[in-house]
Amino acid sequence: MKRRAFLGGVAGLACGTAAAAAKKASACEGVEAALSGTGDLGLIVERADGSILVVNTSRPQVVSKVENLGDLSHASAVFSRDQRFAYLFGRDGGLSKVDLVSARIETRVIQAGNSIGGAISDDGTIIAVANYEPGGVRLFDAETLAPLTEIAAEYAPGVRSKTVGIADVPGRRFVFSLYDAGEIWIADCANPSKPAVQRLKNIGRLPYDGLVTPSGRHYFAGLFGEDGLAHVDLWAPEPEARKILVGYGKGEEKLPVYKMPHLRGWAQAGDRLLLPAIGRHEVLVADSRTLDEAGRIQVHGQPVFIVARPDGRHAWVIFAHPRNDTVQVIDTVALRVIHEMRPGPAVLHMEFTPRGHQVWISVRDADRVDVYDTQTFAKVAELPARKPSGIFFTARAQRIGM
Amino acid sequence: MVVIAASFFHVRPLRGQGPLDQVRKTELENLVRQDCGSCHGMTMKGGLGRSLLPERLREADRDGLAAIILDGIPGTPMPPWRGLLTEAEAAWIAGRLQEGLAK
Repeated sequence: MKRRAFLGGVAGLACGTAAAAAKKASACEGVEAALSGTGDLGLIVERADGSILVVNTSRPQVVSKVENLGDLSHASAVFSRDQRFAYLFGRDGGLSKVDLVSARIETRVIQAGNSIGGAISDDGTIIAVANYEPGGVRLFDAETLAPLTEIAAEYAPGVRSKTVGIADVPGRRFVFSLYDAGEIWIADCANPSKPAVQRLKNIGRLPYDGLVTPSGRHYFAGLFGEDGLAHVDLWAPEPEARKILVGYGKGEEKLPVYKMPHLRGWAQAGDRLLLPAIGRHEVLVADSRTLDEAGRIQVHGQPVFIVARPDGRHAWVIFAHPRNDTVQVIDTVALRVIHEMRPGPAVLHMEFTPRGHQVWISVRDADRVDVYDTQTFAKVAELPARKPSGIFFTARAQRIGM
Repeated sequence: MVVIAASFFHVRPLRGQGPLDQVRKTELENLVRQDCGSCHGMTMKGGLGRSLLPERLREADRDGLAAIILDGIPGTPMPPWRGLLTEAEAAWIAGRLQEGLAK
């Protein structure tokens, strides 16, 4: 009942719903520009429509809608340091800079034929986009989106690799993996028109995604082609890749994988790392110092996202098709599932509010985003959204590797 | 009710036999765009997986495409969909990809 009353109140506001915002975008702009901060804003990707909903996580509600952003399948976003602008990476190679306050596209470029994601440098001046086609990473001026240079992922003469798992690390650097080549590259972009690239070879077969720890010290690439992950200690004088959790599948046939796991937005909880097992209904637990296996947690399906609540006390897990109607919550001390919920068909993504009091969950085939209280697990709001996928909050601007 | 039906679709194995009705075709089209689309792109232009656009598939053998859908491609991330899709459904999807999905 409380929720209904709340939603009714939201719907009454002129700028309170996506539909209203679409019709009255211009009416909303002045008001929001004059009154709103940006630390509690975020966006929801409506991937089939090529639009985003700008949301406020304090109320919580949809503030405005921005359209004409191209093919947003697998779209992700990073944010400017002032948390006013979102940089959106689309599958069609589109790179869009969106002003969250005025709900306008500042600049938009089609920078490649097919891209997978991007990152922003620690100083906020460089946008790096990881591309499938042409394989490599392109750098852009964050202010204007003017191209700076390209790091072609040419691992053999004339042969380029798809790039995945790009992450920013301190020192104006980016780390990414080469899917086809089985390599990890570390690009020092102190001089962004002439990056210095360090190549780590033979890191393992088919790295499908990567992540960096919140400290920026450890980079991990998940391997699709073998049981294990590649790890690089970026604090080492001479960084090198080594495999961890080797053979976690124990030679057993893996289950068909209907959706690749995503490592970014991953789970470090105290002295443990929680990582997805490929083709298994398991979460792998590693000791964060030794990186040795420290346990496994049986879960509902194949994990796609394992995200720690910002305090690390719980981790929330969502799953691959066809078991993707369920969310489970893991106690990171007891290392067991303590809660389960069924938000509905095709749960695709989740994002915690900056200190984790709530979590927003996209339920694609219900055309809805649900907001849950993370202490009581009660649903506190439902927001309509068309085929929602990724949810990204501006607090990411202040975090390494996000 | 719509939500419940859709939810059911996502967890049950898809084993309907006989000719495909319109409801099922709509479900399959959604599956292709949304779930095949996680690797092949929602517009089928390719991603981690290859392009599935008509210009690449038109000349291919339909039964061969259906077999790839059902059995996957070992050594790559393409999984076998047998168990989730019937042979008739895989053949129908192969045909739709060759023609091109409606915009």
